Amino acid sequence: MAGAFWGIVEDDRQGNPKKVTAEVLGEASRLAAKAGSQAEAIWITDKASESGIRLLGEWGARRVWLLENAAFAPYRGEVWTPVVTELAGTESPKAILGAVTTRQRELMARLSARLGLGLSADTTALALDGEQLVATRPIYAGKLLAKVTWAKTPWLATLRPNVFRAEEPQPGVAPSVERPAVSLPAARMTLVERREEASTGLPELAEAEIIVSGGRGMKGPENFVILEELARVIGAAVGASRAAVDAGWRPHRFQVGQTGRTVSPKLYLAFGISGAIQHLAGMRTSKVICAVNKDPEAPIFKIADYGIVADLFEVAPLLTQEFKKLLEK
Amino acid sequence: MKILVLVKQVPDTATQVKLGADSKTIDTAGITWIVSPYDEFALEEALRIKEKRGQGEVVVVSLGPARVKESLRSCLAMGADRAIHLVDPAWDGADTLATARALAAAIKQEAPGLVLCGRQAIDDDMGSVGAQVAELLGWPCASWIIEEAVDGGGTSIRVGRQAEGGLEVFDLPLPAVVSAQKGLNEPRYPTLKGIMGAKKKEMKDVKAADLGLAVEPPALSVVALEALPPRPPGRVIPGEPAEAARELVRALREEAKAI
Repeated sequence: MAGAFWGIVEDDRQGNPKKVTAEVLGEASRLAAKAGSQAEAIWITDKASESGIRLLGEWGARRVWLLENAAFAPYRGEVWTPVVTELAGTESPKAILGAVTTRQRELMARLSARLGLGLSADTTALALDGEQLVATRPIYAGKLLAKVTWAKTPWLATLRPNVFRAEEPQPGVAPSVERPAVSLPAARMTLVERREEASTGLPELAEAEIIVSGGRGMKGPENFVILEELARVIGAAVGASRAAVDAGWRPHRFQVGQTGRTVSPKLYLAFGISGAIQHLAGMRTSKVICAVNKDPEAPIFKIADYGIVADLFEVAPLLTQEFKKLLEK
Repeated sequence: MKILVLVKQVPDTATQVKLGADSKTIDTAGITWIVSPYDEFALEEALRIKEKRGQGEVVVVSLGPARVKESLRSCLAMGADRAIHLVDPAWDGADTLATARALAAAIKQEAPGLVLCGRQAIDDDMGSVGAQVAELLGWPCASWIIEEAVDGGGTSIRVGRQAEGGLEVFDLPLPAVVSAQKGLNEPRYPTLKGIMGAKKKEMKDVKAADLGLAVEPPALSVVALEALPPRPPGRVIPGEPAEAARELVRALREEAKAI
């Protein structure tokens, strides 16, 4: 319907929408309810699934716009952007919300240029104020918050994972499914190959609800196995500080911080991380922060909810045991 | 091949940032300014492409007030051949889209074979300008690249783009816009010779009218900037490691309900 709140689906490329999509649709639903409208999902994929469509409905989408075509994989901005533009032209949504993933960040920026609209990237809160939507986003390494607003609709925003609440799933609510005919632009960029990352068997950093991170205090790459053991017990992803990444101990994709990933888990456990501003920039919106560090003066303790001043090599294995005991109960 | 590198001047990460009197901007007094780190990766890569090909020109472009010249000068010291400074009061408070429009217009005038930029600037972290510029120009675009190779004829570029769960390698016909992710390279430091030489290199001022641009009201505007709400005070758990670990796990379950 015109005036709908759209959520762009992020999937695992195998036909399954990811958790962050539940958050985006949750926020779209809440805003839509206030505005007397509805949430709708835009799913651009080469491979959709019935179970995926059902999930989108349970997460709050009343309608799923399904754009399924082999040409949509892998993501190419030059193909996706005109397609969303065309659909937005005919359906006139009130808002288009996406997730902070590499491809959606680019897609939304291209859309903003194509449509001449403002984009609030990496948003951490949205609030309807009468006819205006106001977005909150951290700036300057998270030292300040900016409240921003748009000159006109549709409002474009990408939402930081793990910050927005998903709605309680409503089993059995089936969305209507539309398969609009859109013109497919020719792609100029061509895929040569895709190199999969070696699976760690642990959750992805950007989406993980719990993150265990190591810094310079880890003393070497071989010691990260201690954190991996802990992570496996509590279902966490393993991150690293810039110091650990620059030392070559962990690949860059695991870096949390200003020149790495910005994360916002329910629980962030920092081991041997001093807490330089550039690290805090990437994790300060975490809900609960714990720090283990030998140095009682480490700045990380200033933002930690819980701290232990001790040798991480002693404490980390003990925590692993304690969590194991707790979770086996 | 002519390569354009888009750079932004930003406050150094460690610098203290304070609210300005209007609560919509920051107080710029006492701030140390640097070239945004991702833009340095972009510039370094441009210099390497030129060196590898044994010919070409690297031009740095930046939009901002007079102080931006200092950052452009340090790009020239790193090895860029000349600089273009988009400077005009009309661009005060320009949002990313207005910035992208100005940059796209400057790029059109220069007609380079390749545009490089950082994947985001570390002040407002929007990460939008590169893709916006590509869209405005109608050029192919790859974001977050960690490897690249321009073909011998200078007609295409092969890039490795960081994506969720893997690396995607693409061929893009040139001209194209690509944005640099950390891991692409290790930027060089300017040499003394580079610093001296930079003083003699061309730095051109360009105004909105020079680009035939009428300035439009921003598509996204700041309502207010706010200080971060303070986190509730934390506590250090005392005791022997075994005891502290037990207490931390208990607190995480019972108080914080985080596990």
